Amino acid sequence: MGLLATPVAPLRVAIIGSGPAAFYTAEHLQRREDLAVEIDMFERLPTPFGLVRGGVAPDHQKIKSVVAAFDKTAADPRFQFYGYVEFGKDVTLADLREHYHQIVYATGAQTDRRMGIPGEDLRGSHPATEFVAWYNGHPDYQDCQFDLRQERVAVVGVGNVAVDVARILCRTPEELAATDISDRALDALKQSQVREVYMLGRRGPAQAAFTNPEIKELGELAGADIVVLPEEAQLDEPSRAALEKSPDRATQKKVEILRGYARRRPSGKPRRLILRFLVSPVELIGNAAGQITAMRLVKNELAATAAGTLRPKPTNTFEELPVSLVFRSVGYKGVPLPGVPFNDDWGVILNDKGRVLDPDTRRPVVGEYAAGWIKRGPTGVIGTNKPDAAETIVSMLEDLAQGATLRPAHPGREAAEVLIRQRQPNYVSYADWRRLDEIEVTRGRSQGRPRVKFVRVEEMLAALGR
Amino acid sequence: MNIASLLATKSGPPITIRPEQSVREAIALLSRHTIGALVAVNAANTPVGIISERDIVREAARDEQVFARSVGDIMTRDVITGLPQDDLLSVANTMTEKRIRHLPVVDKGKLVGIVSLGDVVKAQRDKYLGEVETLETQILADKQ
Repeated sequence: MGLLATPVAPLRVAIIGSGPAAFYTAEHLQRREDLAVEIDMFERLPTPFGLVRGGVAPDHQKIKSVVAAFDKTAADPRFQFYGYVEFGKDVTLADLREHYHQIVYATGAQTDRRMGIPGEDLRGSHPATEFVAWYNGHPDYQDCQFDLRQERVAVVGVGNVAVDVARILCRTPEELAATDISDRALDALKQSQVREVYMLGRRGPAQAAFTNPEIKELGELAGADIVVLPEEAQLDEPSRAALEKSPDRATQKKVEILRGYARRRPSGKPRRLILRFLVSPVELIGNAAGQITAMRLVKNELAATAAGTLRPKPTNTFEELPVSLVFRSVGYKGVPLPGVPFNDDWGVILNDKGRVLDPDTRRPVVGEYAAGWIKRGPTGVIGTNKPDAAETIVSMLEDLAQGATLRPAHPGREAAEVLIRQRQPNYVSYADWRRLDEIEVTRGRSQGRPRVKFVRVEEMLAALGR
Repeated sequence: MNIASLLATKSGPPITIRPEQSVREAIALLSRHTIGALVAVNAANTPVGIISERDIVREAARDEQVFARSVGDIMTRDVITGLPQDDLLSVANTMTEKRIRHLPVVDKGKLVGIVSLGDVVKAQRDKYLGEVETLETQILADKQ
């Protein structure tokens, strides 16, 4: 094993997933000049970039500029992209163990958490992530139906996904038409009858998860007036005391912005975006046809705890919100991968600094690692995955130095390619993706849009002549 | 960010001790796991106290026989605990102000994790590194 990771025996690494954590892992490995490494990246879809393509809002193109860095990583001759190859189906863990020294799972947090209230499965109640995946053209979600003939919508949560969903619902057709939103979503949103969008936070303005740039943007929408109830913009006593004790400039600014909104008068824009605080949904109410007609809310108050945090406590005051479409955005979690130890409590792969752990012995599983949201849970921004991936790399290199890697029977690049070609003859290479990318961008150019996305796998394969 | 997302980054359940075990056993556990405190739990896995390096040093300074005494004898009984949904920034403030280095996290009465000041610092550092990285990428993209 002494020769491993030298030019005669390059370290062969398989990365599962192709979002930011996957690409940052590849980038960090490539930068190690002392390391002869070859990286194969596996992606279930024909297209790369995970949430950068399928999650980041279409009206936030600048955030997608990180793709330029990923392109650079992919251009490295030691890098190979295997798109449209699904881990657990086209290639199994056993296959990978025969072809790679190290395997990194970077599959993200793919499902949403539920609210756990009666009526959650009525017609008109959806996970916000499905709506996001749909408008971003994710192939798995193109057949989802969202009834945008409804006039009143509630978005449960005040995190960045909730903000995205509320904002997209409030955008005018003209605003949306300049983005890379999917054509189907664009058409549906053009016909949208939505008049009022409620965003619901269970705590107060000072505790809301949204950032100040996000909340400012909501106040500058062309087609929607923002509404904050004056009584909810006021800080309650525990929040005021907490902010006074440990003043935080961003929080103070946030409260200021929201108070400003509370003083605003509606300017007669066609839609209203109503931010509500200190309320929790307790039930979705439906009609005989199983369609949501209202949401029952309980008013919360904040109580300070010994640990210094402010917890929402329900009061005895209830109200009914006449909404008929509901998007929940109350948290995300990862999905277990076939054969990989999982921590159900936190929705992540069981790991220590990126080393996958055996659930029984708590000892590292040789050769298997995790990075990104599937490793640490859904927190942080895109760039947070860079230090996260760096930590995993440190573990990988320590193990390499100790000789604790897999001993694949076929550690050659060609052997892997033969296997993959045999399992998925239609696999999509990075050059193939760049062709799709070019077609998308070209299609967008004539319409003044960043791109017009392919949203069906068959379309993508057809465009590649498959 | 809340405590739950910090606990998700930890490899396993917190290391605990029973109050009736000896301080010697506590020291062995602290040393083996390179940690600074142990949560003392009862048979139902409910925290009843916490014993830290500080507690042991303080007692050792006045009693050389401390190793043979029980954990329950010298542990801090009045323990401040957190919930998984508590937000990290507030918890960090409390730990700083009250000079607490370890905060047991309890869910439905059961111990589910422990947050150290080191964990909090790391979480903050990673948050800022991530934000700087993201902003840098966007600024560089603007210049192109």
